[in-house]
Amino acid sequence: MKDIINRAILLLFCAVVFLLTGSSLAQQDRNDTDQPVQLRDKVESFLEEHSLELNGFWEARTGYRVLNDRYEKDISVMETRLQLDISTYTDWAEFKFKGDTFGCLVTEGGHFDMREAYMSLTPLDFLDTKVGRQILTWGTGDLLFINDMFPKDWQSFFIGRDTEYLKAPSDAAKISLFGDWANLDLVYTPKFDHDRFISGRRLSFFNSTLNRLSGQDAIINTDKPNRWFRDDEISVRLYRNINNYELAFYGYHGFWKSPAGMNNRGEAIFPDLNVYGSSIRGSIGKGIGNMEFGYYQSADNESGNDPMINNSELRFLAGYSQEIAKEFTAGLQYYIERMMNYENYRDNLPTGFSARDINRHLITLRLTKLLLNQNLRCGLFTYFSPTDKDVYIRPNVLYKISDNLMVEGGANIFFGDYQHTFFGQFHRNSNIYTAIRYSF
Amino acid sequence: MYRVSTLLLTVFLLCPSAVEVLGQEAEKEKTQTAQQEENKEITDVKVIVSKANLMAYYQGDNGKSHAKMTITTYSDMKEKKVKSTRLREFNILRSDVADGGDQKYYVYFQKPADVRKMVFMVHKHVDTKKDDDRWLYLPSLDLVKRIAASDKRTSFVGSDFLYEDVSGRSLEEDRHEIAEITDKYFIIKNVPENPETVEFGYYNVWIDRKSYMPVKMEFFDGKDKLYRRIEATEIKTIGKFPTVVKSMVTDLNKESTTLMEFSEVEYDIKLEDIFTERYLRKPPREAIR
Repeated sequence: MKDIINRAILLLFCAVVFLLTGSSLAQQDRNDTDQPVQLRDKVESFLEEHSLELNGFWEARTGYRVLNDRYEKDISVMETRLQLDISTYTDWAEFKFKGDTFGCLVTEGGHFDMREAYMSLTPLDFLDTKVGRQILTWGTGDLLFINDMFPKDWQSFFIGRDTEYLKAPSDAAKISLFGDWANLDLVYTPKFDHDRFISGRRLSFFNSTLNRLSGQDAIINTDKPNRWFRDDEISVRLYRNINNYELAFYGYHGFWKSPAGMNNRGEAIFPDLNVYGSSIRGSIGKGIGNMEFGYYQSADNESGNDPMINNSELRFLAGYSQEIAKEFTAGLQYYIERMMNYENYRDNLPTGFSARDINRHLITLRLTKLLLNQNLRCGLFTYFSPTDKDVYIRPNVLYKISDNLMVEGGANIFFGDYQHTFFGQFHRNSNIYTAIRYSF
Repeated sequence: MYRVSTLLLTVFLLCPSAVEVLGQEAEKEKTQTAQQEENKEITDVKVIVSKANLMAYYQGDNGKSHAKMTITTYSDMKEKKVKSTRLREFNILRSDVADGGDQKYYVYFQKPADVRKMVFMVHKHVDTKKDDDRWLYLPSLDLVKRIAASDKRTSFVGSDFLYEDVSGRSLEEDRHEIAEITDKYFIIKNVPENPETVEFGYYNVWIDRKSYMPVKMEFFDGKDKLYRRIEATEIKTIGKFPTVVKSMVTDLNKESTTLMEFSEVEYDIKLEDIFTERYLRKPPREAIR
């Protein structure tokens, strides 16, 4: 079913592009006898006439592993990508299509990734709706998520694609109600949209079944919840702005977004999950402070006795960011995950399995410096867990050669004392990358 | 993303004045001075800067404009040898909470391509103890980001306009004196109370004697050397409001200029409260077109 939908969307997208270029070219032909007319001008006037906006970029990106990884290729990313973004509106609705076509040397194939395809309506003054494929984000963490249960693409994040790709699209309906007292967002996903998780295909990881690192030698088999309207997800956010302090309450009913257990056939599964949480964000002193917490109720393992399914957890984060010098900002976050039924987990863990700590503490630091009239951006984002004893460092330097052209270089470096911890397991995936992008 | 400075957006209200006034006081003075001005010319420096402030920042109850910035850097400014040119285009919507007081700004970026459809929103506070509230919306991530307040003497979107050129400095931050009164202008000299917080030694502002529109500013360093200039190069009357539609910053040290052009300027339009998260995520038609 999903394949059919994907193909339909791809066809629609291609048709729009074809129509756009086709009719522009047709117009061009008619004008050839007069004077040479720039194709670009013709496209622009056509788009304007039909209230269409066409944007996008072309990009080439190359990255290599800095260490040998016996389970993966040396190239971590090598692709060229074209993104097209078409939007239009009528008196009553707005439409948007955004899709990426890319050729990849790691998978040795061509791919199409429909990022967005939605219709947005405001049927009543106090009601907005958005239906279709869309990117959804909420919550207050910086590259840490507690109540944002929308799909993430960890693979793209770790191999050094643009941060835009950390968010994977949802096929959902979003309804937003706006009131004097508070606002309510309701997102219904009729069929579970999981994360683009680490499967072994591109990144090696610690495979707890094998009790060792694995990658392409043992790509994860999954048993996904995939029944329409039965394996569905509901996300709710109730929020209010009080003197520019943003207060929000969240609820989620669905599944663990990445594999969080195993069935008796040895397949990775996505057990039931409910999340309840809240957050607050606002200015403190010279900077911005935020706090967020969430209770992860692992509905298929509430007692914590099943070692094959994730335990329930309490998650909390607190963050603060401030400009510390001219065009230089720093952001610090503290984050903790606490297992709720740790005793039961320990008691039932099969011998030989590496046990998690009851608490996973994490500290993140973001440093961003702008130089050369803000055309050069040097950034560093670091995750450090004192309990897992692992580190993930993301340096990035981006230079805008012109308004359209930019080059970028960066790295994803993982260290850890143990090979089973969250970041430590990716040590052999440490990579450097570079990219060039032309936006239009 | 470019550093987007807050009030900066006041720019749209005809920027180049660094004279800023205490809100409530300005309002009072506005009515008081209205009666006086018919008969005799004002020579009180405080009154002059108050009137210039209202002129530059608070026309109408709200406003809308399309802004285009051309940033040109030179390898040799005297010989006009251009090194690079960059463009910024954005739509600005402004709404005054109170005349001479707090304001709200909504900026929808159109160019360059990498920032297209990003939205920058500011709730500006005139109380010097309270920082402005600022948000940035990144459409590709559907992310509403809260941005920390910044040094007011940093560049807006990589241009030669500084946050403070256009937002105005608090009146209390400088000592003001009338340096000269020419046929057309009051020339006001402004000396910082805390020189260590700014890069200039002093600056002069030319204020039109008839309209009270600030039309030129010149910044001097500690050695009395001119290094920066802001000029209003075209003023149009839109509706009943004189409006600077073109202004130019020249940075002699950096060998760089920024031309700011406003078009489609409208005042007192029908505008709901669009300065909320709802409209960050779903830009209103007024902002897009």
